[in-house]
This record gives sequence, C-alpha cells and structure tokens, in this order.
Amino acid sequence: MVRRRHGLTILAHLVLIAGVMLFGFPVWMALVASTHPPEELSINPIPMWFGAMGPDNYRQLLSGGIPEAGGVSVGLMMTNSLLMALLITIGKISVSLIAAFAIVYFKFPLKTFAFWMIFITLMLPVEIRILPTFDVIAKLGILNSYVGLCLPLIASATATFLFRQFFLTIPAELVEAARMDRAGPLRFFWDILLPLSRTNIAALFIILFIYGWNQYLWPLLITTDENYYTIVMGIQRMANAGEALPLWHLIMGTAVLALLPPVVIVLSMQRLFVKGLIESEK
Amino acid sequence: MRSSITPFTNRWLPYALLAPQLLITAVFFLWPSFQAFEQSLFLEDAFGFTRKFIGVDNYRELFRDDGYLRSFQTSLIFGLGVTFISMSTALVLAVSANHIIRWAQAYRALLVWPYAVAPALAGVIWYFLMNPSVGIVAYWLNALGVEWNHYVDGEQALLMVIIAASWKQVSYNFLFFIAGLQSIPRSLIEAAAIDGAGPWRRFLTITFPLLSPTTFFLLVINLVYAFFDTFAIIHATTEGGPADTTSVLVFRVYNTGFVSQDYGSSAAQSVILMTLVVLMTAIQFRFVERRVTY
Repeated sequence: MVRRRHGLTILAHLVLIAGVMLFGFPVWMALVASTHPPEELSINPIPMWFGAMGPDNYRQLLSGGIPEAGGVSVGLMMTNSLLMALLITIGKISVSLIAAFAIVYFKFPLKTFAFWMIFITLMLPVEIRILPTFDVIAKLGILNSYVGLCLPLIASATATFLFRQFFLTIPAELVEAARMDRAGPLRFFWDILLPLSRTNIAALFIILFIYGWNQYLWPLLITTDENYYTIVMGIQRMANAGEALPLWHLIMGTAVLALLPPVVIVLSMQRLFVKGLIESEK
Repeated sequence: MRSSITPFTNRWLPYALLAPQLLITAVFFLWPSFQAFEQSLFLEDAFGFTRKFIGVDNYRELFRDDGYLRSFQTSLIFGLGVTFISMSTALVLAVSANHIIRWAQAYRALLVWPYAVAPALAGVIWYFLMNPSVGIVAYWLNALGVEWNHYVDGEQALLMVIIAASWKQVSYNFLFFIAGLQSIPRSLIEAAAIDGAGPWRRFLTITFPLLSPTTFFLLVINLVYAFFDTFAIIHATTEGGPADTTSVLVFRVYNTGFVSQDYGSSAAQSVILMTLVVLMTAIQFRFVERRVTY
C-alpha cells in the first residue's frame, strides 16, 4: 500500500487551486471589464470587481453592435456562428457516417483509393493553402454565403476514421442476423448501425460544434459582407478598429458572449466531451 | 478479435455513399492544393492578367529572403515555447489531480473548459490583459520593474502570443495526461513503494517513463497546433508585428498572399508548409501504430 503523505496531498490541492485560478483569471477580467463604462477602463489599475454597466453594455452589444466594427449586432454574429457550427457539425457527421459505412461494410474495387483520398485531407489544412482555396471558392461563386462558409469544412478524415474504428468493433454476427432477416444494407444502416452509434455521434457532436463555432480563418477569408460575420472573427475588427481607441468594455463583452456557448457545452456534457476528444485523436 | 464481416455486395451503393466526402475533398482540398503547386512555379501580377513560368525561382527567392527565414525561426521558438509551457503545466496539474481523491471531479471540470475557447478569443483577452496602458498584467509587471510594451518590443509581443496560445492548450494536454496516468497499473507503483521508493523517485523511474507514449503523442499534436492552428491568435492581436517579430509561417502565407498580393511566393510557401505537414502526419501515424501495440 502506498503511504499517503498529508504534505503531498496539500501540495497537490494547492497546485490545482493555482491552476484553476490561472485558467479562470483572464476570463474573470474579461467578464469584469464588460460591466464597466469605458472611462473606468482608460487608466490602470483597472477595476477587478464588477461595475454597474453590465446590463447596458450587453444590451448595446446584442442589439446595436459597435459602429467602428461595421455596426453589425453581436446578436446577428452569434446567430451566424450558431448556424455555421450546426451546419458543419451535422454535415460532417452525416458525410462521415455514410463514408465509414461504405468502407467497412462493402467490398468494391476502388476501396483503397477512397480510403487514401479521405486520409489525404488530414495533410491539407486550410491554413496552409489559403489563397488557392479562396480562388476556388470565388470561381464557384460561393463567397459570402452559408454554403461557402460550411461546405468546404464538411469533409473530415478524423470523423470518418472514428466511425470506421467504431464499426469495426460491432460484432459481425449482427450483419449476419440482419441478412437472415432479409434486411438490405440501407435498412441495416438505419435500424442497427445508427442506433448503436448514438453515443459516438453525441460525443463527436460536442467536439465538432466547438470546432465549427471557433472557426476564424475561414469566415475571415470568404465573408466581406458584414451580414455573414461570425462572432469569433468579428471580434478582430473591434480589437483592431484602426484610429479609434479600442472600446475594451464592449470587446470584452463580445469575447464573453463568444466563449460562453462552447464553454457551457463542455462543462455541462463533460463526460461525452472527454470521450469525443480522446477517441477522435486515436 | 471477431469473425470478419461478410460484406454487402452492391454495384453503385458504396460509391454513392462515398460521393459527398470524395467530392468535397476533390473540390476543396485537392484542387486548391494542385493550384498552389502550379502557381508556385509562375510569376503573376496582382490582377492576374499576365503570368510567366519561372520554375523554382519563387522557392529560391524565399530561401534567400531573410524575412522568410526569420519566420521559420519565429515559428520554431513559438512552437517549442507553446509546447513546453503547455505540456509541463499540464503534467504538473495532471499528476496533482491524479494524486488526490477528494474534489477530483470538480477540479477536472474547472481545468478543462479553456479547451473550448477559440484561439482568437484567447488572443484578444490576453491582448487586453497585457495592454501597456490598461492591461492589469502589464500594470503588475511595471510595478515589478518590467517595462512592458508589446507594441514596440518584439520579444514581448512573441511572449504574449506564446502565453495566450499555451493558456488555451493546457486543458487538452491535461486530459490526455490524466488518461495516460490512469492507465498505469497501480500495482507497479505499489511495488516500488514497498521497495522503499519515495514519491519523487516513483515519478521519475516509473510514472514518467510509462507516460512516454502519451508525452510523445502530445509533443507532435502540440507542435502541429502551434504551427498551424494559431493563425487566429496572431492575426487577431499583433498582426505579425511589431516589425515582423511575431510573423509565424502560417501568418506569412496569408500576409504574402492577401496583403502583399505576391501570389507566386504565397503559393510556394503553401507548398513548403504542406511538405511539413505531410512529414508531421507521417511521424504521428507511425507513432499511433506503436501506441496500439504498447
């Protein structure tokens, strides 16, 4: 039996508390800053406790937005973000599910080729081929559209491989049983495979939702029309609004609104989140 | 394992099922990548009216360009900095969390959420905290005698983006280290304790070596993260400045293409980065295979 030392246990608690505070501190400051009028945030040291302007600041953000940043309301940007995150998530999951189904349960001549085609997407992240991708989107005429925002991000090797891995653990007898009952492939997929994949789909949903919500470069590239701005990329226009001094109270308010949905999802569905994160990396 | 599946036979169905995935891959992944290859061999004016085949001149130009070489160095410092800070912090936290029994769940919840914060937001928030005139951290640093101004001091600017990128990444490493720690057989640790090894010695001789698959895996993942996923942190805050000091490779690809509109050079940079990713993915996959047998 390992002897437990009290000193070590206390040290462990102290380390963890320090970690929690270190993680929380920046967001705490953002939250506090968003409740003050701009004058309070113009000289250091700025307050570390809440002010009285919170409701006003957030009301202004959600309805009016910041004139320096094009005046799009943060409410609209959040709606765009939500739409983008959901479309990407649902799209990715559907496309990957059926692709994995084809790869695991069918035998066909071009299987290896298809497998490598999917694999190769891992090696070509958008960040490193920005300009030609922009060209392609422009040629297809889908700049400034939800299609352009979501469709290119829907192909996913990670999700496909996750489902493939999972399908491979499902007993082969199930397919036999389905065949015995004269169920065709689509029926097998719909009635057996899909219900069995529920937990995996849910876990992946969380990871992909965060991925979609947090997209930055992509919306930055292909939206010039303010009505398509997402909140995570929109905040950049506020922070670098040119000549004017940054309106920190509103920028921090936007940051809080932008990080809230994914953080709440992670905190409320922690078990699924951890499962999704760890399995999608295998 | 299990008996193998007797596959379904259908002439067109598997292709139909794969079609969406393959089509998107072809149009939005392969086509642009080939274009990058092609463009990197040409000299093109900003309006796309004329172009001239110049072979590998774009590449040669790049490797002669001090700015580009500096970007390599900046990326390396940035990548190693983020990897080291976020992994070592995560390891200390994970070992602590693994040691305690009480409140373990609560701590975990309070330590994983930064994963969900977008890199751009992490950047903007730290940008605010370290702002020389209103940032509270800058204020504290000044009180300690450090003159903080990342608008003029390039090293400080780089340090700021490293901190922002690491802050967000610790949670991820923490979760994987916890998973790794929990898979170490308890009996090994107990055997060592019976042999009289103290906690520090047990960590050095048993825990840390047995964690090495996790550590190596995270090393690759973190480097990839720092190299490619941190565009947003840079773009939303320093925009590569001051004087190009935080211009990492991915930022430069964007800047050369969209701001300086030098398409050939930007494409050549894309090709170089693609080669880099292929290498890193290869390393990662070799390793993943080993991890399965471990």
